[in-house]
Amino acid sequence: MKSETAAPAAYCHDNIIELDGVSFAYKDQQVITDLNLVIKERDFMGVIGSNGAGKTTLLKMMVGLLRPTQGEIRLFGEPIRKFRDWDRIGYVPQKNAFNPLFPATVREVVMSGLYSNKKLFRRVGKADQQKCEEAMEVMRIVDIAGKRIGQLSGGQQQRVFLARALINQPDLLILDEPTVGIDAQTQADFFELIFHMHAHHQMTFLMVSHDIEMIEGYLGKEPRDRCGGIKFYVRHSHDQSCEIPGLQHSLLEDAQVPLASK
Amino acid sequence: MEILTADFFQRALTGGLLIGLTAPLIGIFLVLRRLSMIGDTLAHVTIAGVALGFLIEVYPIGVGLVFAVVASFAIEKLRKAYKGYAELSIAVIMAGGVALASLFFTLGMGYNNDVVSYLFGSIYTLDTTDLYVVGAVTIVVVAIISVFFKEMFLLTFEEDAASVSGLPVKLLNLLITVMTALVVSTAIKIVGALLVSALLTIPAACSLLIARSFKTSVIFSVVIAEIAVVAGLMTAGIWNLAPGATIVLLLIAMLILTLIGKKGFSA
Repeated sequence: MKSETAAPAAYCHDNIIELDGVSFAYKDQQVITDLNLVIKERDFMGVIGSNGAGKTTLLKMMVGLLRPTQGEIRLFGEPIRKFRDWDRIGYVPQKNAFNPLFPATVREVVMSGLYSNKKLFRRVGKADQQKCEEAMEVMRIVDIAGKRIGQLSGGQQQRVFLARALINQPDLLILDEPTVGIDAQTQADFFELIFHMHAHHQMTFLMVSHDIEMIEGYLGKEPRDRCGGIKFYVRHSHDQSCEIPGLQHSLLEDAQVPLASK
Repeated sequence: MEILTADFFQRALTGGLLIGLTAPLIGIFLVLRRLSMIGDTLAHVTIAGVALGFLIEVYPIGVGLVFAVVASFAIEKLRKAYKGYAELSIAVIMAGGVALASLFFTLGMGYNNDVVSYLFGSIYTLDTTDLYVVGAVTIVVVAIISVFFKEMFLLTFEEDAASVSGLPVKLLNLLITVMTALVVSTAIKIVGALLVSALLTIPAACSLLIARSFKTSVIFSVVIAEIAVVAGLMTAGIWNLAPGATIVLLLIAMLILTLIGKKGFSA
């Protein structure tokens, strides 16, 4: 019996992302063909593929930026068109997704993680500011809170975007090539942090990456699914979370304990 | 000096102060989204509307405003058709606007003083109706921006993240475009079609050099624009210079000073 379809896991973990026969074509070019995929709660899914294999297209469909030409996508059991709980999803974009000269401080960027559809017409209050400070504390960027985002190193920027993604304490964290353009040591630290979060928190991860070594190192050598040139690696942290009480701890506690590597 | 207390000058000052608020407020979003030239384009299209207004004897700014809003929709459509070539849509619409404007003008009375006044601005001829229109536009723009300020920040900073947060990205983009059209078409009478984009972009250009956060850059650009408007109108009034041009030249002087000051600091 395969572990990811084992009865207990299927029983106590909901589907976070489901793709049913999803296809996508840009005009006459077929990018993704008939993809069926399930990501369960507490899965860590790594998506690997060469340029042009459709990783970014796939990710864009999963967050509603693109509509599949065929098939259906469900987020948290809800068809994506009806899905409204966007604050349950944290999103870490590619590094080059923003203009480095943009006048925004670290605090402003982290805070913007709160600006979801549910915050429309609402003011930023004390509780929101508190959340922002906590997220910055977790990512250890409090001391640079007043700096312009463009002045930071790649690794620091990465932490800022991670803090922004975590501010809502999301159930699903999506990372799009999070380590492009970052030096090797910072990459390693970043992956360590992410993998630690996966092991100890009630969170599901979806990460697009080109870093095969890192992905295989944590998720194993064998991809669970394939679709064209894209490979899907999965690791589930179910056993630890359900069987050892007290392993769950808040993100803030993490900040007090040095990361495993440091 | 008595010019400063004259009725027409007071109206000019009021109108100037209102545009000095709305133009940089919209301008900072345009500059950050790499749409600095959109102001120029909409200004030229507005002139076409103004010309038509003269031709059919309807309130020219009103017709210009309608033209600008329609053009702003067209720009959005073209921008989607030519993704990655945002400036192409702007160039096409600008050419169309100029062509229409010259067509209407030659159909009517030829290039007379009225035309010139819209090209270079004629802030001293602002009448009460103009002030009401500018006032209404100011209220609309300030209200929309204060309601959606945080969402527009995220949209401008990173459009994809705004989508993934479930924000109504299409609506927000549309609001920015329509507000730009409103501001540009009302600013034309004040600084002139040829100079409108200066009031949109130069304050932002200054504040980007000095502000660290988004909030302060918005505040700085409004303050810079207001200083230029007030000082420019005073200077122009006292020494009998062209007001629109004086305001714009003052803005450029402030930009140069900021650049020099910034160099002095970092050196």
